[in-house]
Amino acid sequence: MNNVNSTKMDLVCPAGNLPALKIAVDKGADAVYIGFKDDTNARHFAGLNFNEKRSYQGIEYAHKQGCKVFLAINTYPQANGWNRWKNAVDLAAKLKIDALIAADIGVLDYASNNYPELRLHLSVQGSAKNSEAIQFYYENFNIQRVVLPRVLSLKQVEQLAQISPVPLEVFGFGSLCVMVEGRCLLSSYATGQSPNTFGACSPASAVKWQETPDGLQTRLNNILIDSYQSNEPAAYPTLCKGRFEVSNNTYYAIEEPISLNTIELLPELQKMGIAAIKIEGRQRSPAYVKQVTQVWREALDSCEHNIDAYSVKQQWLQTLHSVSEGRSTTLGAYHRPWQ
Amino acid sequence: MYDFYKTISKTKIDIVYLGETVCSKRKLLRRDDWLEIAEQLKQSGKEVVLSSMALIEANSELAAVKTLCSNTDFSIEANDMSAVQLLKNKPFITGPSVNIYNPSSLKMLAKLGLKRWVLPIELSKEALSDMQSEKPKGVETEVLVYGRLPLAYSARCFTARSHNLPKDNCQLRCLDDPDGLLLSTQEEQKFLVLNGIQTQSAKTSNLIMDLHELINLNVDVLRISPPSKHTEKIIELFHKTLHKAYSASEANRALQKLMPAGGYCNGYWHGTNGIDWQETTEEILCQLS
Repeated sequence: MNNVNSTKMDLVCPAGNLPALKIAVDKGADAVYIGFKDDTNARHFAGLNFNEKRSYQGIEYAHKQGCKVFLAINTYPQANGWNRWKNAVDLAAKLKIDALIAADIGVLDYASNNYPELRLHLSVQGSAKNSEAIQFYYENFNIQRVVLPRVLSLKQVEQLAQISPVPLEVFGFGSLCVMVEGRCLLSSYATGQSPNTFGACSPASAVKWQETPDGLQTRLNNILIDSYQSNEPAAYPTLCKGRFEVSNNTYYAIEEPISLNTIELLPELQKMGIAAIKIEGRQRSPAYVKQVTQVWREALDSCEHNIDAYSVKQQWLQTLHSVSEGRSTTLGAYHRPWQ
Repeated sequence: MYDFYKTISKTKIDIVYLGETVCSKRKLLRRDDWLEIAEQLKQSGKEVVLSSMALIEANSELAAVKTLCSNTDFSIEANDMSAVQLLKNKPFITGPSVNIYNPSSLKMLAKLGLKRWVLPIELSKEALSDMQSEKPKGVETEVLVYGRLPLAYSARCFTARSHNLPKDNCQLRCLDDPDGLLLSTQEEQKFLVLNGIQTQSAKTSNLIMDLHELINLNVDVLRISPPSKHTEKIIELFHKTLHKAYSASEANRALQKLMPAGGYCNGYWHGTNGIDWQETTEEILCQLS
């Protein structure tokens, strides 16, 4: 069932609001993904996301130009919030969304039992990284695609593509989660709110930027994440990307502020039969969505047109670096030495 | 290792989870050695459960899980959905890294054969109470009541990184630090512990003062994640408190003396930041009893 002979990979772009959705569609996204305005999705940020009316408008705009709209309901409900997730799935079905991206077993079970016609994708938050885990979600909920966690090497992605019961979507660009998605509790350990329970990591409400005689300090719920000399650019205090002390050394013990960028891997991903490339960043501005969609559309078209002649343009890299965390990029786990 | 489990066999513990769950390279014992220990523990009256790995990526890791799940002599703890898939339609147990956050998930997995589950680390007593009220018949609930919290898993080995070694040539340096590598903030706040690809809390979760609530919520199994020292004593303190030979306060005072670097936490249980420690006073305990 995998896409081994496929020559076309879809470009799946983030849309945190209607202007971002429109610009992604205009610049050539094959699909955009959105979320509702609550904790049912993993980008639960103030001022972001879609209500019912905006969802209709976005879907209408995208469909007119042949672009699909996916909806993320990919956090983990607890009993006291269950109705919010149930209502979100009901609304997704009513909106006739092109695919629902979900992670929780209860949510997937509800969606597949009540709306068998609703196409389901397994979210990266579902943490499925091997063929047996994917088979579980395929057999029980008839998922049609899986978004892979950012922990597999390129070789492992290739092996999985050969045996996966459903096509694979992989992350191409954007913020890098260092931990397996759906299984990282660092944020709730420090702040009480995690991607699983609240839809946000290192939430803005817990962040403090503090000028001190020793320089700028960034804190998360008062825990010091990093401190900067006057000549250093400061980064948002994402918990896993600060400088800490281990064995008397102070360094980025987990990871530095950096973005994932796999644009150089496109020919290999295409040959493997990867179904889609996902761009991270629903929390980013329409300007980010415009620049990144434009670059990746061009790159995907170039790769599809003549895979052997594909080469990464300097201008693409410049644009992508300019919008990257820490203004630098990595291949992340795809590249074995990173691990 | 053999000595540790020999000691464990003489304690009052009822269930022993065995096996490597974090790193497939860290082969302290061979599979047959684990099975030999399992057999010895079984003979000493313990229920033995074989635990599977939490992060299954390589084909070799998947093959190892398949072999483990084909074992019919012992129950298996699934720590990844691959193991759930391989164990379906026979009784199985899920560990804390399998996300069961709501009654719908619990019911769905119960239909496939789930017989015991562990409350996700970040969920509170309120969430547990809701789960217990809708729990399917025959499913047991387990809660981690003592130990460092498993907070995250990565493809990257942070221990190898701290030694400037590539993961493929890690030299098993994690074995140098049986309680992991302490990660502190630049203000020397003990924050996290690096255990290879796993990140743990620097604080040790300790729910001894909350045992009465766990009992009231009909929790079936209490889990202790052993530190490198004092495990026998910790088991004894929990066992005696459970059987009313000690009060929770007495046991807590004794546990304070055994407190590992980093201190104790119980925030998740109380519905707040996991890192927090909330005092439960004698007066509150008296009111509740």
